[in-house]
Order: sequence, then structure tokens, then C-alpha cells
Amino acid sequence: MKRVLACFVVLAAFPLVMQAMDNLFYVSLASRMLIYAIAATSLNLALGYGGMVSFGHAAFFGAGAYTVAILATEGISNLWLAWPAAVVVAAVAALMIGAVSLRTRGVYFIMITLAFAQMVYYIFVSLKEYGGEDGLPLPGRSSGLPLSLADDVTWYYLVLALFAATLYGLYRLSRSRFGRVIEAIRENEVRAEAIGFPVYRYKLACFVLSGAAAGLAGALIANQASYVSPSLLHWIQSGTLMIMVILGGVGTLWGGALGAIALLALEHLISDYQIDWLERLAPNYQDHAGLAVGVVLLAIVLAAPQGLAGMLSGKRRA
Amino acid sequence: MLELRNVSKHFGGVVATDDVTLEVALGEVHALIGPNGAGKTTLIAQISGMLSVDAGRVIFEGEDITRLPAHARVRAGLARSYQVTSIFRRFSVLENLALAVQARSGSSFSFWRPLAAETALVDEARALARDIDLHEKQDVAAGMLAHGEQRALEVGLALATRPRLLLLDEPMAGMGPQESARMIGLIERLRSRVTVLLVEHDMDAVFRLASRISVLVNGRLIASGAPQAIRRDPEVRRAYLGEDLAA
Repeated sequence: MKRVLACFVVLAAFPLVMQAMDNLFYVSLASRMLIYAIAATSLNLALGYGGMVSFGHAAFFGAGAYTVAILATEGISNLWLAWPAAVVVAAVAALMIGAVSLRTRGVYFIMITLAFAQMVYYIFVSLKEYGGEDGLPLPGRSSGLPLSLADDVTWYYLVLALFAATLYGLYRLSRSRFGRVIEAIRENEVRAEAIGFPVYRYKLACFVLSGAAAGLAGALIANQASYVSPSLLHWIQSGTLMIMVILGGVGTLWGGALGAIALLALEHLISDYQIDWLERLAPNYQDHAGLAVGVVLLAIVLAAPQGLAGMLSGKRRA
Repeated sequence: MLELRNVSKHFGGVVATDDVTLEVALGEVHALIGPNGAGKTTLIAQISGMLSVDAGRVIFEGEDITRLPAHARVRAGLARSYQVTSIFRRFSVLENLALAVQARSGSSFSFWRPLAAETALVDEARALARDIDLHEKQDVAAGMLAHGEQRALEVGLALATRPRLLLLDEPMAGMGPQESARMIGLIERLRSRVTVLLVEHDMDAVFRLASRISVLVNGRLIASGAPQAIRRDPEVRRAYLGEDLAA
């Protein structure tokens, strides 16, 4: 509890420090990290807690983002309307995709969620009136609060609040009746059914909640850069979210968040700074940033098979 | 209490259960015996709803449950245990039992309220742990228990759903004589509370516990009756019992 508090104090103080140092770029980067932290946490609910290896989470993330972007284009930029709409659209997408996909198991589930997500991707690519392949710029960040969200520090605090709410929600859920049931289903699905739980319904509910939270993250990412593009829905995005979860800690409360922050920090570090000793060791390594990130990820996963959260707590997975 | 009418199951060309008609009466311990591969486990799976019924009907307490999904049959009062231990290995004994109690008591679509606040679940789980003689190990992870203890928990999970009919699929599988004796004792204690359909290979246990015995060979029911009648039945002896019961 003390560590959690300390963590949020640091997160809350961060923009003030950056303001003092006149370095607002990092506030924007931190908002981006927190948005991805919400997205990865949402995937961790399905993947880690529910044991459903969804390889199509970008569909819900992207659907949320596009809902906000399309509504804004049509003149609706009030966040009290647009954001709940994003959550609902993502939840409905998760309900439809989950209802079909959850009838399969294992590799088939992975492939079918991937296939559905790619279908959603191509739907948005083909929406020419909403930018098609080029993506869709938003007129600005959502309105509806007394404060202007165009200010990066205000925006950061709003994102931080929603991140905290997401994490608290997951914390409560993991300790509720429902949380116990999905943990049991992950542990032994057949027996869970045999003691009287309608397993399919619980998995679907978990999948929909997970998709809804990803939709919220999508609504935020659309606002972050005031721009959405189909790449938000691409399978690579699903893969990135999955890497974040695995890196941070599958089935741990902080896993998604730690993984998201670590991965984005790593990418930023490798592609935006030239590290002299690394340059001498591997000339032009920045041209192969993806490879460099991959090597570091591999090292972390090998060193901490339970993810960063497992390394930090030293306890068993949830 | 339970009635099977002409129940069959085919896997491709293989006949697992073939036109089985069987009745389990309220309050009895009904043993189902037969050689390996006779279709006993398939029949249990069909009664509990894990496997579909290709032909025939399953009637429980007068209701046709042939098409009812497995979880709904548990709620109707029909629970099973597994031949191959199927428990929640990372949960403690108490958590295993509390989970099964939870399945029975109210909706679990509750996302906010802490489970820990529901002391009733844990209280009942404690009582169950005592019933199956695991109260001294109640906080041990199920995966760490000895084989015989895991088997007891296996039965305890089914019991926690408060069934009126308990399907026990080889509860003594892989047990030594001492562990078997404890399991027999447990089933003896249960018989006043619940009707039991018992699949078992251990003939000593079967003849000690059963009030009626049915014999399944190659998916077909070849005999059903009182233990003494089954013991004498020439067809049963030829097909299954062999000479080990002659003595």
C-alpha cells in the first residue's frame, strides 16, 4: 500500500517537476505511457486474469479511438457523450467477437481473435470519408470539462485519474466473486463448469469488460495526438499490447502498466538518444531500433520470467 | 431419482454406450461396474452433461435434462467427481471448497464487493473440510496435498455443490488400502445425505457400499440388481468378475 501511494505521488508530482524544468515534452510522453498502461491493463484482464490469449485487442482500442474521432468530425466533441460512446462501441465489438471466438480454445482462439481484429482494421481502412488509410485528424481534444484539455498538464492529470480508476477497478474485480470465478476458470475450466459455473458466460463477461476498458484507452489515445489512423487497429498494435503485458507481468495488477511504461520508455530511449558506447559497439544501431528493443526485451523476459511486476514484488503471480 | 432411457454414444464408429436403460433410486448407493473401456466414464459424462447424448433420454427427478448444459445440472442437484483428479491446484483446500459453495449460492456476477467479506462461504467450506477430513490441511494449496487427500478434495468439491445425486467416478483410483478405507468411510457417512452412483473397480469397496449394482460391458448394460444376485449372475461372472469372486 505504501509503495502504491508513493508511486501515485511520483506520478502526480511529475508534471510539476517537468514544468519547473521547462520540459513539457515529457509530460506528453508520460500521458501516452499512461494511456497505453490502461490499454495493456485491459488486455491483462482478459489474458492474465481470464486466461484468454486475445490477439485482437487493437480492434477494441482502435474502435474506441475511431468512435471519438468520427464523433468529433461530426461535431460531437463533448467527452461526456463521446467517451462513453467509445466504451460502448468497444464493448459491443468485444461482445460480438467474443461470442464467436470463445467457442474455440487455445491456438484457434488466438487465430480467430486475430482474424476478427484484421477484419475491423480493413473496415476502417475502407472508410474513405473518415480518412481511410491516411487516418483522421480531430479538430481538437474533447470538450465538456471546465478546464481546457488542450493544456498538456491538465490532460495528463485527467489521464492519470482514469489510469488510477482503471487500476482500482481491476483491483476490486480481482478480489470480487467474479474475479475468483475467472481465476478458477483459468486454473481449471472443466471443473469450474462441473461445480456449476456457466463458464462461457463468465469468460464472455470478462472479455467484454476488457474490451470496454480498451475502448476507454482508445478514446484517450485519439485525444492524445488529436489524430487517429488505422495503424491503431493493426495486428502489430495487438502484438505490442501483448508484449507489454508479458513484459510487465501476466495476471498481475501492475503488470500491464509496468510493461507499457517500460516498453515505451525503452523505445524512446533507443530511438531518440544516441548512446555513445552502444554506437561504438553497434554502429548505426538506431537505424535498427526495433531490433535493439527486441534484444533488450528478450533479456528482460529471460531475467524475469514473471515479468517486471514479479521481479519487483518477488511474489507468485496472482 | 435418475432414469436413463436408451442412452447411447458413438465416437465415430466406436460405440461407447449402447442403449443403456438404468434407474437409480432415491437413497441408494448404486454401483456401476464393468471392465476397462466398458463406457462407465462416458455414461457418467453423459449424465452430468459433459458429453451429449446421441440417442435416448436422461431424466432426473422427473425432469428431462437430456439437453440441459452441465452447469445447469449441477444447480439442479446433480454433481460429479472425476476419475483423474480435477481440482484447483493453486487454490487452498478452503478456497477450493468455498468456490464450489459460491457456485451454488447466488450470482457471481458481482464485480465490486470483496469476496473476503462473505464469511458464510468460508464457514461452510470449513465444515466441508471437516466432513472430508481435511480440516487440518485447509490452508494448504491443493496441488501440494498427498494423492489420497486430493481424492478426498475431489469428492469434497462435488459435495460442496450440495447435490441430491452424487456421481463418483472411481473415487479410489490409485489409492493404497489405507486411503481406500478412509474413502469407504467417507462414502458410508454420505449415504444418509445423498444418493450415490458409484463407478469403481475395487470390488471389496463395491460390495461393501452398494445397495444395487449394474454391470456395463462394451457399452451395454448386461445386468442390474442386488449385490448377491450380481455375484451369482453367470453372465456377469463370465464377462467380468472372473474367478476372483468365487471364493
